[in-house]
Amino acid sequence: MGIMKILIGFIILWPLAGFLFNGLGRNYWTKKVIAYKATGYIVCSFIASVFAFMYVQNHGAVTVHYFDFIHTATVKIPFDFKVDNLSALFLLVITGVGSLIHLYSTAYMKEEAAPHYARYFAYLNLFIFSMLVLVLGDNYVVMFIGWEGVGLCSYLLIGYWFTNGSYNYAAKKAFIMNRIGDLGFLLAIFLLIAKLGSVNYSEVLTAQSLAKLSTTDITAITLLLFVGAMGKSAQIPLFTWLPDAMAGPTPVSALIHAATMVTAGIYMITRSNILFSHSEFTQHVIAIIGISTALLAATIAIKQNDIKKVLAYSTVSQLGYMFLGLGVGAYSGAVFHVITHAFFKALLFLGAGSVIHAMHHEQDIRKMGGLKAKLPITHITFLIGCIAIAGVPPFSGFFSKDEILAAAFAKSPVYWVLGVMGAAMTAFYMFRLYTTTFLGKFRGTLDQENHLHESPIAMTIPLILLAIASAMAGAIGIPALMGGQHWLSHQLIPIVGEPVELGLSHSLEWTLMAVSVAIAMIALSIAIVIYKKKTDEEPITFIGKFFYHKWHIDELYNEAIVNPLNRLAGFLKEVVEKQIIDGAVNGTGKLVQYSSRKVRLIQNGQVGYYILFMVIGIILLFLLWFNDAPILRLLYKLNQN
Amino acid sequence: MSIQYYIFFCLALFSIGVVGVLTRRNAIIVFMCIELMLNAVNLLLVAFSKMFYGIAAQIGGATTAGIDAQIFVFFIMVVAAAEVSIGLAIIVMMYRNTHSIDVNFLNRLKN
Repeated sequence: MGIMKILIGFIILWPLAGFLFNGLGRNYWTKKVIAYKATGYIVCSFIASVFAFMYVQNHGAVTVHYFDFIHTATVKIPFDFKVDNLSALFLLVITGVGSLIHLYSTAYMKEEAAPHYARYFAYLNLFIFSMLVLVLGDNYVVMFIGWEGVGLCSYLLIGYWFTNGSYNYAAKKAFIMNRIGDLGFLLAIFLLIAKLGSVNYSEVLTAQSLAKLSTTDITAITLLLFVGAMGKSAQIPLFTWLPDAMAGPTPVSALIHAATMVTAGIYMITRSNILFSHSEFTQHVIAIIGISTALLAATIAIKQNDIKKVLAYSTVSQLGYMFLGLGVGAYSGAVFHVITHAFFKALLFLGAGSVIHAMHHEQDIRKMGGLKAKLPITHITFLIGCIAIAGVPPFSGFFSKDEILAAAFAKSPVYWVLGVMGAAMTAFYMFRLYTTTFLGKFRGTLDQENHLHESPIAMTIPLILLAIASAMAGAIGIPALMGGQHWLSHQLIPIVGEPVELGLSHSLEWTLMAVSVAIAMIALSIAIVIYKKKTDEEPITFIGKFFYHKWHIDELYNEAIVNPLNRLAGFLKEVVEKQIIDGAVNGTGKLVQYSSRKVRLIQNGQVGYYILFMVIGIILLFLLWFNDAPILRLLYKLNQN
Repeated sequence: MSIQYYIFFCLALFSIGVVGVLTRRNAIIVFMCIELMLNAVNLLLVAFSKMFYGIAAQIGGATTAGIDAQIFVFFIMVVAAAEVSIGLAIIVMMYRNTHSIDVNFLNRLKN
């Protein structure tokens, strides 16, 4: 116990130390020191995570108590960390992929000046710290601390190049949309405290506390939690921030906006799966939103020409798959997809970063082409990533996606059909991206062509390691159908319970698998054939334009929400603030000034006037004091005599 | 003699004082007018006192009614004397500074 307390403390304190070291000393250290320290701290954290993982394997889940965060008469919220099989897996993914991305960043960000280089790594370390707090927390409040922390780091890193106005706009957009989701999460926490008086997993996620909650309560809590997940994990309707978040440096997109932060919503729902399983309605909502997001984002990805935008929409689409998995009760499938997706999407983003690096910050795939010869390592690793995401066996994406699709079929064949359509589109747009970028002839400028070079070793090592992981990670979840053990679902039994029997016959499962693989293969072949020769021009058809312009969702939000708010703010500023409030304040001042200018004239320095006023005043006082009746009476009396 | 005569006389005296203060520019004349006003009040006090005493004596023999007004009068005379000494000193100082005793020149505090 004692040793775990120290070990877990170190897992999170190393990134924090890196943040403080780089953040406070950004003007003092050389780039070399910054890079070594930042990466080294995360690697230390990774090693500690491996130990924690092994401890959990041998001794089971462990909870360590540090201090009481909030302690009142009715509510007690301890600052506890919990390492169980679920959080241990996330620890490994976060610190493992995090270390590789730190290593990659040391080369990718080389052109930055030292203080900015340090700032970048400080943010990145702070992000890892927050993410670890998120997954380690033993109650919803500690999770929320990490949840807000990652949101902040995401904002800081999207707006990393803060001299560019549109990047700042993207950062603000991400932050505000996340905030909408966070409100839902916060309300869910309040509801839990109101109904149960506790937010600890060990107290909330039990049969006793479920018995205390009515069905309406559970539905309300789970829906609010899902709103939180929607914001963080970019689901309809809060997904538009994620493609814009590509304004940040590419390794940031890989780490935060593909591999780790955006999967926080899936982690949270998996963690609270007991609640979610008790609300049929919420599960339907999650499944429908998940599959709609998957399809919507896939259609947009088909028409995008920015290498990072394609990957961003692909991320949104894959997150939609994970939510489909959660909605149909395949929690271990969703976590499996989180892990494999973390590998291949990080790989794809880093590969894209390598291409962008070689192309002198050119991101338009129409100006690339034929990079296969010049960037051999990037090419081969990118190809592995594409195959993995397209769901071609035996690469990792196949296993995780297939598990979700099988569970979806068991729930409703409609989900499966839509899911396979999405998978076909995924295969299509990924190979469209791959073919346009790496095959064919080079279409950029001569200058760019001469400059083309393979990236330095610090960038290729993470690519190779992630490519290996993307190819092999399926091994942790080989289904029983293929004679595997499905190690992952056994791992997750303490959290999500025994895997549900889908009730599908073996031949049916084989057929489903074969159909989805065949469709994906056909889609990717079509993509290679089409885009080998040509690139996409401006879309002409209505549907093409519609997808190219991202379903006009940004415009819709602008018209429906942003512009009315702006107009309201403008009205408040121009009319209420400037005319009414300022008018009242300035009017008071002007009135005082004006009247005092007039009154000042009385003080003219002539003693005679002063005395005259005094006399008049005294007379007036007399008149007031003895009101007219006594005065008249006095005069009358005087007259009488 | 009827009290009305005293009242009218004092009123006239007081009004002359007020008008004098308001209209004259010579500081000494102004000063004298103030004295006039004070003495108008003094006279009135004495007159009322005497009248009051007369009525009280008719009703109840020996009495001290109205004596307080007489004391006030002495006070006013003493205070007026003190005021004159200070006021004249001020006028002397004023003459030294402005070479005039015209009160209309004392307007430096205006506005």
